[in-house]
Amino acid sequence: MTAPGGDVLVSATDVVKHFPVQSGSLRRSRDVVHAVDGVSLEVRRGETLGIVGETGCGKSTLARCIARLFDLTSGKVVFDGQDISRLKPRHLRPVRREVQMIFQDPYGSLNPKRRVGSIIGDPFAIHGVARGDERKRRVQELMEVVGLNPEHYNRFPAEFSGGQRQRIGVARALALRPKLIVCDEPVSALDVSIQAQIVNLLSDLQDQFQLTYIFIAHDLSVVRHVSDRVAIMYLGKIVEMAPVEDIYTRARHPYAKALLSAVPVPDPKTASQRERIILVGDVPSPINPPSGCRFHPRCPKAQQRCVDEVPDLVPRLSDDASHLAACHFPVADGEDLTASRPTISTEDRVVEPELVGLEVLHGLSDRTEGGTQ
Amino acid sequence: MSLSASSSVETVREPGSPLSGATGEEVAAKIEGRGTWQLAWARLRRDRAAMIALGVIVVIILVAIFAPLFATVTGHGVNQQFRNTGLSPDGLPRGPNGTFVLGTDDQGRDVLVRIAYGTRISLFVGVAVTLIVVVIGGLLGLAAGYLGGIVDTLIARLIDIVLSLPYLMFAISLVSVGFLGGNQGKLLGVKGLPIIVFVIAVFAWAAIARIVRGQVLSIREKEYIEAARSLGASSWRIMIVDVLPNVTTQLIVYATLLIPVTIVTEAALSFLGLGIPPPTADWGQMISESQVLYQQAWWFLFFPSAALVITTLAFNIFGDGIRDALDPRLERI
Repeated sequence: MTAPGGDVLVSATDVVKHFPVQSGSLRRSRDVVHAVDGVSLEVRRGETLGIVGETGCGKSTLARCIARLFDLTSGKVVFDGQDISRLKPRHLRPVRREVQMIFQDPYGSLNPKRRVGSIIGDPFAIHGVARGDERKRRVQELMEVVGLNPEHYNRFPAEFSGGQRQRIGVARALALRPKLIVCDEPVSALDVSIQAQIVNLLSDLQDQFQLTYIFIAHDLSVVRHVSDRVAIMYLGKIVEMAPVEDIYTRARHPYAKALLSAVPVPDPKTASQRERIILVGDVPSPINPPSGCRFHPRCPKAQQRCVDEVPDLVPRLSDDASHLAACHFPVADGEDLTASRPTISTEDRVVEPELVGLEVLHGLSDRTEGGTQ
Repeated sequence: MSLSASSSVETVREPGSPLSGATGEEVAAKIEGRGTWQLAWARLRRDRAAMIALGVIVVIILVAIFAPLFATVTGHGVNQQFRNTGLSPDGLPRGPNGTFVLGTDDQGRDVLVRIAYGTRISLFVGVAVTLIVVVIGGLLGLAAGYLGGIVDTLIARLIDIVLSLPYLMFAISLVSVGFLGGNQGKLLGVKGLPIIVFVIAVFAWAAIARIVRGQVLSIREKEYIEAARSLGASSWRIMIVDVLPNVTTQLIVYATLLIPVTIVTEAALSFLGLGIPPPTADWGQMISESQVLYQQAWWFLFFPSAALVITTLAFNIFGDGIRDALDPRLERI
């Protein structure tokens, strides 16, 4: 992919997005879901920033905040030098031309009642760019660019396969030659062979049109393939952000480490020798996130400080300025995380009682798993 | 292998491959996807009951248009009283005979001609009111469902209020206070029409709006709506371009099924003397007038009632057919 190093296209500062939970018959509940809780990041022109994390960690919400599909609870988003975080819908229109989205579900993101030509032509119609034959010509050009047969202009989405539909979504996002495309799990719903096609298409288009991507996924191998830099999210916060190779070779945050150890390895021999870090417990509820470091209830290295103090996202150990981790006790190179034990007493940790027993055993079970070979 | 040469070529051919030997137009036809309407029409044509019902509806429409022809051919005006030929010596209506094909009524008027003229009112009310109601109810339901918030609260409460009002009481009070001229107000030269249109429209929009609102509530959560918003489309554009096409099938189904309901309601109002006043020919009113004499003159009750039943039945069967054709996945209710 294109080398990073351009100027900053998007910067997000302390982005917070809370969703009020309406429950009870009178909708009086004051609970809020802390979907995104103070995220700062920068995306440089021409690069791809991968955002990974488990389901519900807030990565899609973050993307929608950056694309301003959501209003921010607080924080700031600057796109191309302009603060867009407080713009009213009317003033957002010009920004919409520059920021496009590709959605996860190629079935849900295309209106089933409309013909493909009219779907791809939508951006032109909405922004009054081209009409009539001109619009048709440009739509057909786009279809050709993304590898669709332009003669299928008059077909309905239902007549295409999943991969083809995702190409339609890509063509629509590309129509206005945006500067930034936010890809919200663009390949998660596709077959593996089709995933590769779409990923390659996206990467070709990036070179061709100098695009900047924010690429959200939960598939770490895909992210590794497409990204220049990767941000790992956990419970609404970025726990680690670094150039792609740094993340995959020298992850500092125990969560990042655990997540990466879960990537399937094709060779069963390597797989059996590899140490898998198995986390216990579930992700805590984002309605009532843990204090301090949000990962502390599940972290093998947790200490009292993790409960009391929120770690900053800064370079740790001897990392250079591009490798940031939010951890008080980062994992050193070559450190064996499976040997670590939390030093805080179980009462201080937000852990369900029945899991405590497992907690003590988790390193051991890992060993035996490796040792059975 | 009994496949003919041409059909095997058809199955082998890739969607995008060049079609040798086919003309440009054939290619275009192959590539153009069939829309909802084309598919629905194809299905509807296979539905024999619906096609017969459609035939009946066409005949009814023709009768309404050419009602004056019945008067010309028989030589009997719609309000013309035949005291000598149309009534028996003791003043009773005459049964069906050579001169009066469907007999006469208590005033010695030709029942056939009056039924033909009555078709005009029934159809006008059925179709016109339904159109008004679908437009108003559809737009309000769309706005309530998509915009949400205060708009939704207001419209949803209004729907609740309207649906909880008893329409007959409402109609009786409106006529007695002389609203819109009571049953003397005129629309298109017909007395009593404004009040009927008003009463039915006021009550029927709410049902449509409620259905549309429910549909829109689920559609607005679809990803393609979010996609449209991310492209910068305005709420109006999304409602019209993206949401509306996804509710039109339901809207059309309910509209067709609303026509017979409206026709019956109009007849009921006129039957109760709240609608079209005499001497205008109207089915409900004819049924009402025939009550006194039905033991002596069955035809006077039977034929207007039959006209009403056939019309509503035809619209109902056709409406069912349309529903099956537009939404084949829908369960038969």
